[in-house]
Amino acid sequence: MKKLDTYADMRAVYADTLIEIAKDDDKVVVMDADLMAANGTKGFKDAYPDRMINAGVAEANMVGVAAGLASQGFIPFASTFGCFAARRAYDQFFLSANYAKQNVKLVGSDPGVTAQFNGGTHMPFCDITLMRVIPNLVVLDPCDTVSLHKLTKAIYEYKGPVYMRLHRKGATTIYKDDQEFEIGKGVVIKDGTDVTLIANGLVMVTEAIKAEKALAAEGISAAVIDMHTIKPLDEALVAEYAKKTGAIVTCENGQKIGGLGGAVSEYLSENMPTLMKRVAVDDVFGEVGTQDYLQERFGLTSEKIVEAAKSLVKK
Amino acid sequence: MNQEKKQDLQEKAREVRIETLKSIGHLGVGHVGGAMSIVEVLTYLYYAEMNVNPQEPRMNDRDRLVLSKGHAGPALYSILAMKGFFPKEWLLTLNQGGTNLPSHCDRNRTPGIDMTTGSLGQGLSAAVGIALATRLNKTDNRVFAIIGDGESQEGQNWEAAMSAAQFKLGRLIAFTDYNKMQIDGMTEDIMDLAALENKWESFGWHAQRIDGHDFEALAEAVKRAKEETDRPSMIVLDTIKGKGCSFAENKLGSHNMPVSADDLKEALAALGEGEN
Repeated sequence: MKKLDTYADMRAVYADTLIEIAKDDDKVVVMDADLMAANGTKGFKDAYPDRMINAGVAEANMVGVAAGLASQGFIPFASTFGCFAARRAYDQFFLSANYAKQNVKLVGSDPGVTAQFNGGTHMPFCDITLMRVIPNLVVLDPCDTVSLHKLTKAIYEYKGPVYMRLHRKGATTIYKDDQEFEIGKGVVIKDGTDVTLIANGLVMVTEAIKAEKALAAEGISAAVIDMHTIKPLDEALVAEYAKKTGAIVTCENGQKIGGLGGAVSEYLSENMPTLMKRVAVDDVFGEVGTQDYLQERFGLTSEKIVEAAKSLVKK
Repeated sequence: MNQEKKQDLQEKAREVRIETLKSIGHLGVGHVGGAMSIVEVLTYLYYAEMNVNPQEPRMNDRDRLVLSKGHAGPALYSILAMKGFFPKEWLLTLNQGGTNLPSHCDRNRTPGIDMTTGSLGQGLSAAVGIALATRLNKTDNRVFAIIGDGESQEGQNWEAAMSAAQFKLGRLIAFTDYNKMQIDGMTEDIMDLAALENKWESFGWHAQRIDGHDFEALAEAVKRAKEETDRPSMIVLDTIKGKGCSFAENKLGSHNMPVSADDLKEALAALGEGEN
């Protein structure tokens, strides 16, 4: 692997990590549905041609084939755009992979507004919500090169089905190389006392970090948590910061209904009711545009996070 | 196939029908029609073809079977019990809470079941994955799959069909239980499959069509399919829904039907239960 902070695209981190894992484990196979170039998995094909399976434009079959491979001890990493992973192949992932307890890693790329010019048909706002209701499934949305690299390795080690979002184009490096990541354990990026910003994914962790600085300039101390695992939720960390700051703002690149904010509020409302706001897509479909335009359009900006945080702190 | 072998298989098939009807009859409702129509192919596979080991259900070099029409599980459970994968007493627990024999096949519950199935159209994809695993593992086992005719209306089968041909899966042999009936009526009236074998052929498979209740035809077709090394094989079985069950044979409505004590008694008597 190159140094993680030198990568221009997250997809290359994903592919190089798989190549690294596959070197020592011949049970690792990679699948794609005619999006090898888009998802970076073509790099894997070049390294291990026998272990790259292109399913063509047939996501349902891809996930079913992955389950068959997993039933024989293989560890398939199957990728496609998140909209197709979550919607087109949902029953196959639900039954052939999850209900059948098969070790399938399903990776959905172009999360939320990052689908940009592919527009509303290709804009996965609903994937996290759909995936959360599958019993025992691990659901992840890493935010930078280091966490993507380490969490890809973590889901390889983990025995069981996983859904992971993959930010495809562009990259950012927030963490130092030695940062540890564990499935189901959020990371406190910045400590704070007045309000807690719980974010995930590259787009919204970036916005949360910006919001924290803006809030600090106004004398408000915000904690920032990277909740890279939506399921299982790090309830202990949510509880700790709910208690410590008394106010929570969740920030996610997807639907408000049933996503990260949904998970946090489900936990808090039953266990320790806490003031909360959810910065997320509010029950509308996606559309075309630049990422900047779409973030404004759907309210996924640091300004909206600041506004939400201040409305809670004021109380 | 010599006469002795044929008679032996016919006797086994009779036993499978008896055990399956007792199992479904004990609960009083179940998927009788589609279980009865695949008795011969299952009997042939497990008593004349497949390398399996009841003492070691997950034996590495075993042949695999994906019963994609998972609702026909009860017929397969009878064979697995007869072969000793689990006690025959389990058959009377079919569909009871906590059972190891649920209505649809579940590989995590039942010894000898290779894939969990039930949502129609998914099994053939899994079989393609298992056949790919066979190739990657460089083992010489075969992968069998059984799909239904109504099930063939699910588009995923045709995605799987294309992929199996593309990947040149010569070790994959699939069967279609073409009993011409589905829940709402005759397949030709609901969504016609017509000359099904031609569809598979045009998808790049080696395709045959035989009488699915004829052991000699089954033996010949499987032998022919095994000669294919670089393309998958489909054997379309002309079958009769409910075959061999007095109250269900060739009856629409036999897909999932109530079975009264009298129905069961009559059907078992017709099958000569208790006779040798």
